[in-house]
Amino acid sequence: MKHTTPLALLTAGLLATTPALAADEELRQEIDTLKQENRTIMERLNATSEMIDRQQSSAGLGPLSIGGYGELHYNNLDNQLAGGDDKEMMDFHRFVLFFGYEYTDDIRFFSELEVEHAYSGESKPGAVELEQAYVEFDLNDRNSAKGGLFLLPVGILNETHEPPTFYGVERNPVEKNIIPTTWWTSGAELTGRFGQGFSYNLGVHEGLKVDPSGSMAVRGGRQKSAKADASDLATTARLKYTGIPGLELAATVQHQSDMSQDASDDLGSANLIEAHAIYNTGAFGLRALYATWDLDGTAPAANGADEQTGWYIEPSYKLTNKFGVFARHNVWDNQAGSSTNTEYSQTDVGFNYWPHEDVVIKVDLQDQDVPAGSSEYDGFNVGIGYQF
Amino acid sequence: MKRFKHDILIALTLLFSPLVTAEVYQSPEAFLEQTFNTDVPEPKVLWISGAVRTRAEQILQHRPDTLRTRYWQQGNRTAWILEEIGKERPITVGIVINDKSIETIKVLVFRESRGWEVKYPFFTNQFKQAELNADLELNKSIDGITGATLSVRALTKLSRLALYFHQHVTRTP
Repeated sequence: MKHTTPLALLTAGLLATTPALAADEELRQEIDTLKQENRTIMERLNATSEMIDRQQSSAGLGPLSIGGYGELHYNNLDNQLAGGDDKEMMDFHRFVLFFGYEYTDDIRFFSELEVEHAYSGESKPGAVELEQAYVEFDLNDRNSAKGGLFLLPVGILNETHEPPTFYGVERNPVEKNIIPTTWWTSGAELTGRFGQGFSYNLGVHEGLKVDPSGSMAVRGGRQKSAKADASDLATTARLKYTGIPGLELAATVQHQSDMSQDASDDLGSANLIEAHAIYNTGAFGLRALYATWDLDGTAPAANGADEQTGWYIEPSYKLTNKFGVFARHNVWDNQAGSSTNTEYSQTDVGFNYWPHEDVVIKVDLQDQDVPAGSSEYDGFNVGIGYQF
Repeated sequence: MKRFKHDILIALTLLFSPLVTAEVYQSPEAFLEQTFNTDVPEPKVLWISGAVRTRAEQILQHRPDTLRTRYWQQGNRTAWILEEIGKERPITVGIVINDKSIETIKVLVFRESRGWEVKYPFFTNQFKQAELNADLELNKSIDGITGATLSVRALTKLSRLALYFHQHVTRTP
């Protein structure tokens, strides 16, 4: 009988475990290799992601910004005046493009080019209009100055009138006829803010040029910076408070040194006072605005145009994030100084539906009450609008 | 007439006054140090892909323009530094989420020329304690600022995004 020595047993044991140890070692090496490869892959993935993110962030237009808005209107309005023409119209009312360019953090250019009523040209209904083109300079972190062609800081809609931002297919008649929006001029303006929620605007710019032999309604006096007569300039100042969420209180005063740009006629200086309040809390919204003109001279006093006044109030309620209803009562009179009834009023009710936050479909009904012998348009409007 | 020429001269003089830099209210580093009492944890990375990307797009109403975002986590508290364009330029916002609700939201860098009111506590305080509901909307109403709609919208979207990201990384429903 052969005896097995301890050495032999140890040798046999070692020989038996060698393959297992080798396999373990091989597995460890493989895991280390995989870990290293995984680290390399993650490093490369992160590097790739960083590069893609950088490319995406610079894939835009850099300092150039482009935006725009537009709105198509369908008006179905019956003229209650005997023999008067109805308004049954499909009109691409506005097509607007914004172009902005940021030269530095403190100097920027902004412009707005508009095609109104789709088709412009001689004897055509449309127009091509430059509504903004100014350079703005930050003077410090709270004040800036702009020079060029800009929208005047007056009323609610004059500066902010992208279709998804307001109720009603057509812009309200008070701001249209009394302020008169959309109202742009050329000149210079200081803007700034102070306290918690106060801001101011102070500008010097071209004035209105109203024909003293006509109705002298202020809307007809806009010169639109088209070789504008700058014999007599105007100044505008606004104070605004937005220090409570949902609330805006603002007042604008403007002085026109000569409404006709001609010192030799019977139309002199004029002053505009406008004030408005906006309050939105939860689903409820309220807008209210009052504006009045005081024109000097015997010519406006003769036909009542020495006082031109309007106001409106507009409650609204958003039933959902995408659907809101509103009602608005508007009163305006471009001959409020007259002893006869020259006052217009219009009541609107309707809804906005936003399928996307920047796209809106609007429907409203309107009912007018007008002076005797004037066209009175009652009916409904449908619109689709967008901004980007 | 002379008076108006004088006004123009004053305005033009101001136009060319010395200029200063844009508004950085707080650096991201300072925001994080303030949030974590100088003991800022190592940043983690959330990849915005798959279902996360789908939800982010639903919240932003456009495709997210980044593949991932960094965040800082200490227990059930996370901090996020996110950007969204208001009208033309990005607004940088710091948001801290603590146990499913917003603890802090702060505008760090504001580059727009309008809508500056969103930086003030009277506006941002409205977001405190807001949570995300099943529709990925805030569970409380945020009153906007007239004339600053796009800035308000940007901050509201980023607050919802941070809440959703927090839910995702902490696995809270």
